[in-house]
Amino acid sequence: MSEHATPEVSYLNDPKGTKSWLFTLDHKRIGLLYLFGIMAAFSLGGVFAMLIRLELLHPGKDIVDADTYNQLFTLHGAVMIFLFIIPSIPAALGNFVLPLMIGAKDVAFPRLNLASWYIYVAGVLLALFSLFSGAVDTGWTFYTPYSTQTNTSVISMTFAAFVLGFSSIFTGLNFIVTIHKLRIPGMTWFKMPLFVWGLYATAIIQVLATPVLGITLLLLIVERVAGIGIFDPAMGGDPVLYQHFFWFYSHPAVYIMILPGMGIISELIAVFSHKRIFGYKAIAYSSLGIAFVSFLVWGHHMFVSGQSELAAMIFSFLTFFVGIPSGIKVFNWLATMYKGSIDLKAPMLYALSFLFLFTIGGLTGVFLGALSVDVHLHDTYFIVAHFHYTMMGGTVMAFLGGLHYWWPKIWGRLYNETWARISVLLIFVGFNMTFFTQFLLGVQGMPRRYYNYLDQFQPLHAFSSYGSWVLGAGFLVMAIYLIHAIFRGRPAGPNPWEGLTFEWTTPSPPPHHNFDKVPKMTHGFYDYHLVTPKNE
Amino acid sequence: MPPESSTIAGEVDALFYFIMYAGLILLAVVTLLAAFFVLKYRRTKREQTSGIAYNTPLEIIWTVIPTILIIIVFVWGFKSYLKMRVAPKDAIEIKVTAQKWFWSFDYSEGVTTVNELVVPQDKPVKLVMSSRDVIHSFFVPDFRVKMDVLPNRYTVTWFEATRRGNFNIFCAEYCGRGHSEMLGVVKVVSPQEYTGWLEEGAALGEGLTLEELGARLYIAKACHTCHKIDGAASTGPTLKNLFAHAVPLEDGTQAIADENYLRESMLNPMSKIVAGFQPVMPTYQGILKDRELDALIAYIKSLQIEKDATDE
Repeated sequence: MSEHATPEVSYLNDPKGTKSWLFTLDHKRIGLLYLFGIMAAFSLGGVFAMLIRLELLHPGKDIVDADTYNQLFTLHGAVMIFLFIIPSIPAALGNFVLPLMIGAKDVAFPRLNLASWYIYVAGVLLALFSLFSGAVDTGWTFYTPYSTQTNTSVISMTFAAFVLGFSSIFTGLNFIVTIHKLRIPGMTWFKMPLFVWGLYATAIIQVLATPVLGITLLLLIVERVAGIGIFDPAMGGDPVLYQHFFWFYSHPAVYIMILPGMGIISELIAVFSHKRIFGYKAIAYSSLGIAFVSFLVWGHHMFVSGQSELAAMIFSFLTFFVGIPSGIKVFNWLATMYKGSIDLKAPMLYALSFLFLFTIGGLTGVFLGALSVDVHLHDTYFIVAHFHYTMMGGTVMAFLGGLHYWWPKIWGRLYNETWARISVLLIFVGFNMTFFTQFLLGVQGMPRRYYNYLDQFQPLHAFSSYGSWVLGAGFLVMAIYLIHAIFRGRPAGPNPWEGLTFEWTTPSPPPHHNFDKVPKMTHGFYDYHLVTPKNE
Repeated sequence: MPPESSTIAGEVDALFYFIMYAGLILLAVVTLLAAFFVLKYRRTKREQTSGIAYNTPLEIIWTVIPTILIIIVFVWGFKSYLKMRVAPKDAIEIKVTAQKWFWSFDYSEGVTTVNELVVPQDKPVKLVMSSRDVIHSFFVPDFRVKMDVLPNRYTVTWFEATRRGNFNIFCAEYCGRGHSEMLGVVKVVSPQEYTGWLEEGAALGEGLTLEELGARLYIAKACHTCHKIDGAASTGPTLKNLFAHAVPLEDGTQAIADENYLRESMLNPMSKIVAGFQPVMPTYQGILKDRELDALIAYIKSLQIEKDATDE
């Protein structure tokens, strides 16, 4: 079985010692530090989610009171978005893989990279501080004037999000320079792996949009601390202005979350179909297209906010056009599978789950872009279901696919494939039970962020809660076999999936300096038709 | 979708179902193709795969077809949205005020209701809305109507109910602890009943004793959302055995719950905060008329029950 042995010396143990980890400039180690951080955040956010679903099992009080419930959904959203999804793929997996993929020794600014992690940690600590000092109850959107008037710790939470924004900007800046300057000779733009394209488009949004969030949250803090009226009408401000500012960042942020995920899916489908990617340029350009249009659609969160009919029309129109590039990607991925040699390993199962769930997420977005239909569905469970299908069914599935795909590269060891398949099945079924139900609730008019609800909604709410238990079980199984693999897994060898990108040419786990020999581009990264398959 | 109960609902639903069926077809195509490829090209033995990398006509087809579909949806959605936004000139105008955590409705005939919007069937009704505190959102699923209610400006929405009956009003914009309790009901009645109701409402519960009127107002003005009469504390203190008792205040002093205390608590609730409760009660200044205040005080007085049992 074990034809490969794990290398004695790798980035994991060279150099040794806790200090060498805390002050490391190695992108792989920083990627791992990020991975630990985001997995802790994901677990915390997941616990909040389970508590929310438990409370919603019946109308009225099950386990917590209304105030605690309001804090739970606020923290679930804030933790999942600012501490988990935004850094998940770029800062954890991207950090680890990007330099390897382009044949570089590290990112362009290793110290900035480490600084970004410490800023992330500072943001996490601030968020935890707010958790223990009278947790916020504003919803993760911090809408004014509620957020200026509530007496929970809004300041520390918004300040945490403000600080985390810098971490995100640093990572984005670093990646842009790295991708421009550190590709090995011969790797032209259209020879780059598609994951790199995804990270590039993401980085552009991170650098351009995040400052707006920073300014907005700062203004909110100034308003609360100094009593200067910006958003609160009681002081002469305008609450709708806040919504414009907030969504000007937070809509592009949705694409910070999904674009790198799409990059991962492009890799997974090509590798596990052992097939040349279909429509490389279409996929690459559509990433840039999404990044560009994403700046112009924020108003679709505000169709019933009191903005003008003309603005609503323009935003509705542009919103539909952000859907087209996503559709193009889905069709190209499908076409890649055509006449391939499809291997249903766990990462591919995640990619297929993504394809199904993200398509539902995208198509349900069409309902919401259509003005008159959105009026009915806005702020109901339909929205909750829609963004969980794109964010969890999309980004998280892609993240998990990427995690399983690169896990052997990170640790040099394979996880148990059978358990991985059981886990993906549990997650897929549990996810659909939990969230498909919520489409039905939303259509019937069940508003979101409700602690209590009418009896008529009880059966669907209960079903959704049962689904969350299946989903939770899937994640528990995953945690066990992934951790088990780190210590007891079978050695993976450099290239367990027969991938063609550079990270598979170096040992697993890679040495400190990534490559013993500088890799050369002898063929394209997707030229599977030129590779004679090995016989097993 | 909930039953269509307004003139606009049919149009919204038609578009909804159009998107749903088009979406289901697309989803079926994607899913079935993926499933077919997985089954057909499943890796059983190792073999060379095809090198096809591009097909321009195919790329054009799957760009153009969705584009046409979404343009249809966009135009359709915008047209029906405009109808939703522009109220007919002859609409009955009702002023809606939202605050934590109830709705009040002011009719031009001088009638004010809380959490109960009575409207005639088959007549357009225009709502001019504003909030006294944070952002709320007026949502009637059966009418497919939703509009945010803001503190610094008026927003407008309208509907024409096509069926008689009671329809839920939800607050759809998160507004704090009582957000999910901020419920109301639209009562759609015949035009004759509507006129009769307005006349009766203007007469302010004549023929009822003060106590009976108070008991009605306790529900109708949404007091019951926060104040229970069974002795249990809720968002606010209970009203049971309240009258003439000493009330501990936040600042450490005490107040006696006499007529003037109760009146002040309704009109200026921030002046005395009961210990252990948040200062969240909105003012009823302008919502309750003098006779109504008298009635509520009379009702609270009547809640002096089981006095001996509580003294033990």
